[in-house]
Amino acid sequence: MLRLEQRPEPSRAMQIATPIIAVIATMIAGGVMFALLGSNPFTAIRIIFWDPIFNDVVASYTRPQLLIKAAPLILMAIGLSFGFRANVWNIGAEGQFIMGAVVGGGTALALYPYESFIVFPIIIVMGAVGGFLWAMIPALLKIKFNANEILVSLMLVYVAANFLSAMVTGPMKSPVGMGFPESRNFNEYQSAFNSELLSNTGLHFGVLAMMAAVVVGYIALTRHLFGFQIRVAGQSARASRFAGVNPNLTIALCLGISGALAGLAGLFEVTGPASKLSTNFPLGYGFTAIIVAFLGRLNPIGILFAGLLMSLTYIGGELAQFQLQIPAAAIQAFQGMLLFFLLGVDILINFRVRLKTKGVA
Amino acid sequence: MTPLLHLSGLTKAYPGVIANDDVGFEIQPGEVHALLGENGAGKSTLVKMIYGLVRPDSGEMRLHGEPFAPTEPREARAAGVAMVFQHFSLFEALTVAENISLGMENPPENAALSDQIRQVSANYGLTLDPDRRIGDMSAGERQRVEIVRCLLQNPKLLVMDEPTSVLTPQEVDVLFETLRKLRDEGTSILYISHKLEEIRTICDNATILRLGKVVGTCVPSEETPKTMAEMMVGTELKTPSKRPYTPGPSLLDVHDMWLQSADPFGTSLRDISFSLHAGEVLGIAGVAGNGQDELLLALSGEERVTNDAIKLKGENVGNLGPNHRRLQGLLAAPEERLGHAAAPDMSLTENALLTGFTRQRLTNRGFVKWQATRNFARAIIEKFDVRTPGTENAAKSLSGGNLQKFVIGREIMQRPDVLIVNQPTWGVDASAAAFIREALLELAEQGAGVIVISQDLDELMEISDTFAVLSEGRLSRVQSASGVTIEEIGLLMGGTEVDNAAA
Repeated sequence: MLRLEQRPEPSRAMQIATPIIAVIATMIAGGVMFALLGSNPFTAIRIIFWDPIFNDVVASYTRPQLLIKAAPLILMAIGLSFGFRANVWNIGAEGQFIMGAVVGGGTALALYPYESFIVFPIIIVMGAVGGFLWAMIPALLKIKFNANEILVSLMLVYVAANFLSAMVTGPMKSPVGMGFPESRNFNEYQSAFNSELLSNTGLHFGVLAMMAAVVVGYIALTRHLFGFQIRVAGQSARASRFAGVNPNLTIALCLGISGALAGLAGLFEVTGPASKLSTNFPLGYGFTAIIVAFLGRLNPIGILFAGLLMSLTYIGGELAQFQLQIPAAAIQAFQGMLLFFLLGVDILINFRVRLKTKGVA
Repeated sequence: MTPLLHLSGLTKAYPGVIANDDVGFEIQPGEVHALLGENGAGKSTLVKMIYGLVRPDSGEMRLHGEPFAPTEPREARAAGVAMVFQHFSLFEALTVAENISLGMENPPENAALSDQIRQVSANYGLTLDPDRRIGDMSAGERQRVEIVRCLLQNPKLLVMDEPTSVLTPQEVDVLFETLRKLRDEGTSILYISHKLEEIRTICDNATILRLGKVVGTCVPSEETPKTMAEMMVGTELKTPSKRPYTPGPSLLDVHDMWLQSADPFGTSLRDISFSLHAGEVLGIAGVAGNGQDELLLALSGEERVTNDAIKLKGENVGNLGPNHRRLQGLLAAPEERLGHAAAPDMSLTENALLTGFTRQRLTNRGFVKWQATRNFARAIIEKFDVRTPGTENAAKSLSGGNLQKFVIGREIMQRPDVLIVNQPTWGVDASAAAFIREALLELAEQGAGVIVISQDLDELMEISDTFAVLSEGRLSRVQSASGVTIEEIGLLMGGTEVDNAAA
């Protein structure tokens, strides 16, 4: 019989090495899977991890895509990580992402065709407000009635998605869209368009916001009392009350911050890469961000790398699908392996496996 | 005569520590055998091996001369070994009979079981109603349930882990009557305690453990508590000398304080009133679960009360939170070290920040001054002799005594005007306990007021100037501690003399 035994003091070096070990293990196991599917595993791994960045033919397209995909994931994951550290489980970032896009994008549509430098800042704020208010619903229900925020925030994802559908088939439908369920294209509205700041880099305002969030998040977590109190709240509710932390305020702040950042991500996405509100707008970024947050060990720097890595497997995975005809399901399994190995290695770092010895007496 | 239980060469190692090293002794039929030792001496590991919860790495156990190697408690119980744990495993929402039935392999019909319970409890003088709900019972009554549960199995050996820590002196007397009766019927008892006076009263023989090894045996009735304590610790102990107490100005005035407990099975505070003066050590006695936790929460600021119910140096602080009270000089150290007074996985530096950041100015506009915090943690470790490799070690890696020294030290180092501690030496080894008591007395000597909430009457007698009893959420009149006898306190703890006018 195998048995897990807690290690007295987990090794620090190993904790940092966990993601690297997990990536290597994923490459090996994934390689075996690709080989079983009849593809050359080395080619497949190269296409997923190497080509999107270094291959001369595809990189000019994929390199900017890397940032474009990673930015919303990282922005949202940083917001979520604060809550997850404090045991406040916002599972509904996807919904807050949608509502940020709807409220911010809706504001832009309402202002159209008014051109001014002030438009973009306004819709940025409105995007954050949309996500924030959407996240306040689970926060208030939890504070007031102790309703489970996991369920409430998750259910509100579907409410938000349906609200988006209602908007793009109704009030926000483009007058020049030939009846498609989608809004006016934002690249037709100069003041509201989240354009690429340097061409062919993928760098847009959302990426800048993401970078700012990494820096601010890191400082808040490691240097500021707020980050400390969040960590105490996550470890022990009683100790945090003893330290004078108000549990209700913690709930509201954690959900509020993650909601606002998700709203921001939604706004940058809809006014830039997606370029319009449509029923196809939700892509599941809000759910993937949960994985990114844990992959990055709930640490902003870690999340930065995890987001880039996740983005890489998406883009590389698409390339592999396209070039080697590897089925999409295999790519998803490959991404699943990454999370599996990360959690598995994590267990081995905190526990050691022992063979249960038979009776000594 | 074959001994009932014979242990020899028992060794059990955990990563980084040898909990038991070549332990051996014998228990005769009808003997009350004491197992003595400081925290971490290996007593729990040893009894867990006897009860089948832990398996020894090497060594031999014999029961009635037969090899005995239980792989699980069920086997140990079948062989006639029963155990009453320090922490009860009872469901509060169920009745006595339901709880006992849950723990049985083949529970009889409810009515039959209730009859058995009544019979056993009558036989041994343990009054118990099978239909009562556990949630409504006192700790002493809950212990009776655990004991009766064991007695229903007709054990040959009854293991009791710190059985009196939750009892009033009168309840202890009842328990001892039961144990004597069991002994006279031939049941052996392995009695674990650190209360040496009790061991002298009830135990025939004692085995003393230190750092996992047997360091001696003795006949308790021929020893003094001091000599036994010194065998446990291995060095001579000094008892803190009491200084004369002259009350200074009033520091803390609590008047008509009520608090509804947040815990459904907790005890609400009713009409608490008292004053604490500079230089005073006020001991608050009482059996656990009579409102001690709630009293600490109300005084520390974790729970708010009406603003004028608590006056600190003349200012109302009743609706201020913990950090505002700390700034004004009111500090506290709760009972539960890991998870309340300290965050288990955080380093000592971070735990120093936990309560120290306001008064020690460890933040600047919300940004933590980590270097200053580290220095503060280091200062606590040095001044309070906390045994740890360094400030970056996690709180949970410290032994109970060392962490308690850290927690108490953290508050004392902030030079409080009023310090409230709950169970400051619970589960702490004798030398650390003496150190903590000395530190509390020194703090009072420097002019602070100290409230010590404790169940350990010997401790309270040793350090208190004044004295009150908390019973069912009410506080008795505060009286001078000199001249009070343990019996009088015991009666107060049972709630006999508490003023009922407020009900």
